[in-house]
Amino acid sequence: MSKRKAKETHVPVGECVAQLQKTLRERLCCGELPEKPEGVDAQHKHLLELLRRTALHGESNSVLLVGPRGAGKTMLLKSVLKELLKEKDVNKTLMQVHLNGLLQTDDKIALKEITRQLHLENVVGDKVFGSFAENLAFLLEALKKGDRSSSRPVLFLLDEFDLFVHHKNQTLLYNLFDVSQSAQAPIAVVGLTCRLDVLELLEKRVKSRFSHRQIHLLSGATFPDYVQRVQSKLWLPEQFPDQRFAHEWNNSVKALCEDKSVEDALQRHFNSSKDFRSLHVLLMLCLSRVTVAKPCIKPADVLEASRVCFADAKANMLHGLSILELCLIIAMKHLNDVYEGEPFNLQMVHNEFKKFLQRKSSTIYHFEPAVVMKAFEHLQQLELIRPLDSPGARTQREFQLMRLLLDTSQIMEALQKYPQCPTDVKQWAMSAFA
Amino acid sequence: MTGPLQHPGYDEEKLRKIAELLPCREVQAELLLSLMGQPEHRSYPAIFIYGHRASGKSHTINMIMKELELPHVMVSCVECLSVALLFEQVLLSFFGADAAALLPRGPSLSDFVRIYRQQCSDSPAKQTRYIVSIMEKAEMLRDTDANLLPALLRLQELVEDNVSVILLSEIVWDKFRPNTGCFEPLLLHFSDYSKGELQQILSKDRHPSYSAEFYSSYINILLGVFYSVCRDLRELRHLAALNFSKFCEPLEEGKAKESDTHKLWRNIEPHLKKAMRTVYLREVSSLQWEKMQEMEEKEAGAVRGLSAHTHVELPYYSKFLLIAAYLASYNPARTDKRFFVKHHGKIKKTNFLKKNEKTSNHLLGPKPFPLDRMLAIFHSVVDSRVAPSASIFSQISSLVTLQLLNQASHDDQLDAPKYKCAVSMDFICAISRTVNFDIVKYLYDFL
Repeated sequence: MSKRKAKETHVPVGECVAQLQKTLRERLCCGELPEKPEGVDAQHKHLLELLRRTALHGESNSVLLVGPRGAGKTMLLKSVLKELLKEKDVNKTLMQVHLNGLLQTDDKIALKEITRQLHLENVVGDKVFGSFAENLAFLLEALKKGDRSSSRPVLFLLDEFDLFVHHKNQTLLYNLFDVSQSAQAPIAVVGLTCRLDVLELLEKRVKSRFSHRQIHLLSGATFPDYVQRVQSKLWLPEQFPDQRFAHEWNNSVKALCEDKSVEDALQRHFNSSKDFRSLHVLLMLCLSRVTVAKPCIKPADVLEASRVCFADAKANMLHGLSILELCLIIAMKHLNDVYEGEPFNLQMVHNEFKKFLQRKSSTIYHFEPAVVMKAFEHLQQLELIRPLDSPGARTQREFQLMRLLLDTSQIMEALQKYPQCPTDVKQWAMSAFA
Repeated sequence: MTGPLQHPGYDEEKLRKIAELLPCREVQAELLLSLMGQPEHRSYPAIFIYGHRASGKSHTINMIMKELELPHVMVSCVECLSVALLFEQVLLSFFGADAAALLPRGPSLSDFVRIYRQQCSDSPAKQTRYIVSIMEKAEMLRDTDANLLPALLRLQELVEDNVSVILLSEIVWDKFRPNTGCFEPLLLHFSDYSKGELQQILSKDRHPSYSAEFYSSYINILLGVFYSVCRDLRELRHLAALNFSKFCEPLEEGKAKESDTHKLWRNIEPHLKKAMRTVYLREVSSLQWEKMQEMEEKEAGAVRGLSAHTHVELPYYSKFLLIAAYLASYNPARTDKRFFVKHHGKIKKTNFLKKNEKTSNHLLGPKPFPLDRMLAIFHSVVDSRVAPSASIFSQISSLVTLQLLNQASHDDQLDAPKYKCAVSMDFICAISRTVNFDIVKYLYDFL
């Protein structure tokens, strides 16, 4: 409590927490660049050197950054660009064209975007919206006219590179790589992708023009690195307005990372995935529990957040089903057991369910077939069961073949957690052959 | 105040109002608010909320957004047939009509992002903007445009604005994930209402002229009947409103007092069970149901529901064609000789049982059959000689258009097309009774 008092004399806790939330949220949510990228020094140096050669010496290059999602490809590229732009000459001459495979879904849109980003619209006039061929010819002409020494270097940054591969004839890629191979305006093509087999997708002629320079971002982090990363993500910087609060916060983070139960939780996360994004989700959930009344992260918060992250979504959905729907799922499970994964239809499920009702003087009374069908359709809506053939009015609803998209252990676990589950239903589910 | 909702940056009075408006959703609202943070802070780029139907997903979001006056847009994926509509709605509510007018015809995602960025640099956001999209028909975001969902999830990064996309759905996130992966949203689960919570919420809209305990005991009885079948709050609320007048009937007639719970229960229980068979399945519309309750002498349920109108008037030969189709669909072809040839000799049933035929055909559904087989059975069940005229064939094709038969083979196959019979057992029994044909005698399953 004495700590608390000391803070209040300084800057109100409320402001401190608000400031803390602001700083950390910016770091976690929108990928604010860290001062120094961790663990990718070699890649950083390689890429920086490459882009610098394009920017300063007019060398044309092409490179692919490959790594799984959330491995820090964009972060690396951005930090390299930031460093590159610090240099005096580069800042004035280098031109950047950012393209994203998600947005520029075909070559025509991409071309428009390139023209726009190179500020060529006024040169082309209304030709931007002219034909594709014309536009391309103009752009290529503009690039061809340049040469190594005099024209400004252009950086093409292709995010989601693998989606550009699906464009018709890969025209854009062919032309970009072609320019980078021949003595025209100096350009560098940087592609970011998460597919390891991206080179197999390229056409032969495109592939031959690509420099085959790949930078892999495969996380080789060990668990201590991971914990270190957690700590650095939560660390408050020196420039924080209230030094004392920052100091206390940093101490509490340090203590948190050394806590045994937190370490176990982090180990679980580390085992399931090493990437930054899933870590961000976890930290974000922890951070959201920091309030004025409790201005630090407790181990219990981490455990709770970890529980939210690892929650089985299907089990959550099963928990909310009605008894009738649950009974149908158990009947499906029995059908799956008996007929070894053969698909089933509503009639069979209902038949199985009726057998159960006949055998046991159960607490559940008989349901009309139509009520059962309504429950069955609800299960289909929730996509817990999937029709085998393509949808259509071709077959009657009760004879449409279905497959169950749950496995036995999921069903049994859900049954244990189900609130007020009748005992006979539970026993029916347990019995191997109903 | 020790109330659950306390967040800096928001008006406390409003938060209290929200807490009142969201019964039994305090935990979820609390979590959501704390994730959203203060209005000027960054919010997580994408939040995916899932839960059962009527578990208060859109209601909670709606109340939070409306009461706190956050800049937001609600988009329903059922309404947005094309992405153009979605883009237009977003731009319209964030930047006004001028921005929406900038969209070209048939806009691509690229256009949308460009205009958004342009507008955004003119009027930078002071608060987090929220795009809430309700995915009642989730297939839309998944199927129409493969890029739409990944792009929406990364919208914050793409437009470089403080924007957050909230997705609401009944279906779990695993079914949405594209095969090359995407930005993983933060998953939140809205748990279902427990029985006690349902009771609490339903008891809120009580009738002013009766006491609260009386209404709550009514809800208790209602849940006792319907809870095992339906946990949908909206459906239950509808049923509660429909049947309440019946529950009050003994009170008004003076036969019982408010405290006579057992008597009231005796009165309402069969009625509710009947309601499950009728109103719950929309066999009778709510209006019809209300009318039926008024007519005292007429038993509820005596009015024929939708499915009672299955009787279809067909021409004589069409009836026999349908019967023949039913027999062809549900009998194995090897038994035709036994049923329809006069001197077939005696065949034991066990002799021609194949292993997979042991299960009843009425369980597996109709099998496809060629046209020839159906016509052969047709000629043997019809007493008189029928010429295979054009009218017979046209009747077959009109049975297909009436969806009493389904074409099982490809549409353009003219010779030897295959069909399946698509009528139920009850229907065909009714038909065969009108032509004095005992169909059960000819069905292999009922031998």
